[in-house]
Amino acid sequence: MKRLTIIISTILIICLGLAYGSKSLQKSSSNQNGKVLNIYNWGSYIDPNLITKFEKETGYHVNLETFDSNESMYTKVKQGGTNYDLVVPSEYMVAKMRQDHLLVKLDKRQLNLKNYGKAYLNKSFDPHNQYSVPYFWGTLGIVYNDQLIKGTTINSWHQLWNPKYKDQIMLVDSARDIMGLSLISLHQSVNTTNRHQLDLAKDKLDQLSPNVKAIVADEIKMYMADGEAPLAVDWSGEASEMMDQNPHLHYVLPKEGSNMWFDNWAIPKTAKHYKAIYTFLNFMSQPKNAVQNTEYVGYSTPNQAAYQLLPDKIKHDKQFYPSQATLKKLQVYKNLSATKVQEYNDLYLEFKMHR
Amino acid sequence: MKKEFKFLYFAPYLLWLLLFVIAPVALIFYYSFFNVNHQFTLNNYITFFTSGTYLTMTANSVWFAFLITAMTLLISYPMAYFITKLKYRNLWILLVILPTWINLLLKAYAFIGLFSHNGLVNQIFNFFGIPAQQLLFTNTSFILVAAYIQIPFMVLPIYNSLLEINPSLVQASKDLGATSWQTFKKIIIPLSIPGIKSGVQIVFIPSLSLFMLSRLIGGNKIITLGTAVEEHFLTTMNWGMGSTIGVVLIISMFIVTILTHTSKKRRVAK
Repeated sequence: MKRLTIIISTILIICLGLAYGSKSLQKSSSNQNGKVLNIYNWGSYIDPNLITKFEKETGYHVNLETFDSNESMYTKVKQGGTNYDLVVPSEYMVAKMRQDHLLVKLDKRQLNLKNYGKAYLNKSFDPHNQYSVPYFWGTLGIVYNDQLIKGTTINSWHQLWNPKYKDQIMLVDSARDIMGLSLISLHQSVNTTNRHQLDLAKDKLDQLSPNVKAIVADEIKMYMADGEAPLAVDWSGEASEMMDQNPHLHYVLPKEGSNMWFDNWAIPKTAKHYKAIYTFLNFMSQPKNAVQNTEYVGYSTPNQAAYQLLPDKIKHDKQFYPSQATLKKLQVYKNLSATKVQEYNDLYLEFKMHR
Repeated sequence: MKKEFKFLYFAPYLLWLLLFVIAPVALIFYYSFFNVNHQFTLNNYITFFTSGTYLTMTANSVWFAFLITAMTLLISYPMAYFITKLKYRNLWILLVILPTWINLLLKAYAFIGLFSHNGLVNQIFNFFGIPAQQLLFTNTSFILVAAYIQIPFMVLPIYNSLLEINPSLVQASKDLGATSWQTFKKIIIPLSIPGIKSGVQIVFIPSLSLFMLSRLIGGNKIITLGTAVEEHFLTTMNWGMGSTIGVVLIISMFIVTILTHTSKKRRVAK
């Protein structure tokens, strides 16, 4: 018993000592010159080599923390107690955070936006980019496995309803996206607030139920790469990751159009290190760095200069960099009122319950 | 003087109860009266008890929790019974408990590997000439995996109550001419009822609110109350509705506990 007490207390003392040591080390490294930058980003959404490069070039120390949904990031920033200097909300979340006064206006004088394509700036969720700098963008589309789907070209949302795909489709578990694809197939806006149209969209989804194999989240990548299902509805960036793992997978942007989403850098009200923030944003906008990051992450870049530097194979991939005509058919989500969002969610839940 | 001392000993536990049991439950009740716009409302409860969605969901959850509990009991009772007959029963019971040391998520992913299209189970099927089956995302696999995870929690209380049975009772029954089956039915089962009841309690309630498995193994084709709570808190941010479901779960827990309550007096003294 006595020996056990000694062992346990030794372990505890060592742990406490190490914790204190690492804390004071961290403190000294940040206190030395106050040169830190706290980034709150999605998981594996930035090339770690770029961070090292940034640290070497500028002498700032970057603390990177990651989140896995807009909502959890929002809650953390809103509740306070954090010290993030930069966050990466999607477009509707930029609008929501702006409304709730959680973002700090960008100082355009310190910011270089000239590399960004016009098509990706001044969007409805943030007019004149007062609060956000586009980071990556992408679409919602269909992933198919050419070993399991033969003799048909997949190019339309309507094909999902084909009875021959009974129990073969995986959906990404996201209310706005799945309701959205149904609305698009009915030629409606993905931002509709018309109850009747929403009901129609939900009825149409109910008819999709027999074809749905599973409604899953991140695991969809693993399942598709393993050939568990021939078809899936997912985001372009997720698709590009799956395609890296399984060359038989292809991503299609349906011809009826789709949703176009943006992830953006934004400064939360908790920010302190403004100089580091702008240095970092300008660093990331440099074509050479942006192209390196794009190749690492696999989503589509809004940085026009970086796009020009991409390998031809990626540059001319119509599914990831669609033509102007297709771009026009893509719709961006607007931030709807909480009650409306709830309506979308409730209808989506009803669809999930539908047998 | 002595009384005060006693209170001092008790204080940490009281504080614990207050902070980690009473406060969270009170918060859940509090949140359940607010809508998405943070206004006070009773609508969450009205929605829950009038909408077809939530009522079906509740029915689904109860039905699946029942199936899981029944399945677990069916596997665990014989298991516990035979372990009591074995020589190294402590070792065997350790082996039953061992899987609980592994994280639930890891076990779920292991099952994905087993059940997937090219997984081990289908490979074995192929070996015997059976074509590959769709195993993942079926109700059967969901119930199986859930039961697998709950087995240790069912085996332990049953095992303990079986051990508590006085062997002379079994001998007496045999001496008086009862067959083994009669002894089992009339002596062993009735005397192990307390173990069964606490096993059912421990298994049924968590099964009502399973959520990780229903997505990973069930493919969200069965929406349980647990899934809905997770979704309301993490994605739809409708904490009010999530809390309302939480309150319903807490209340149903009380009901189950009352229904399976054993009064100590009726237990046969050793």
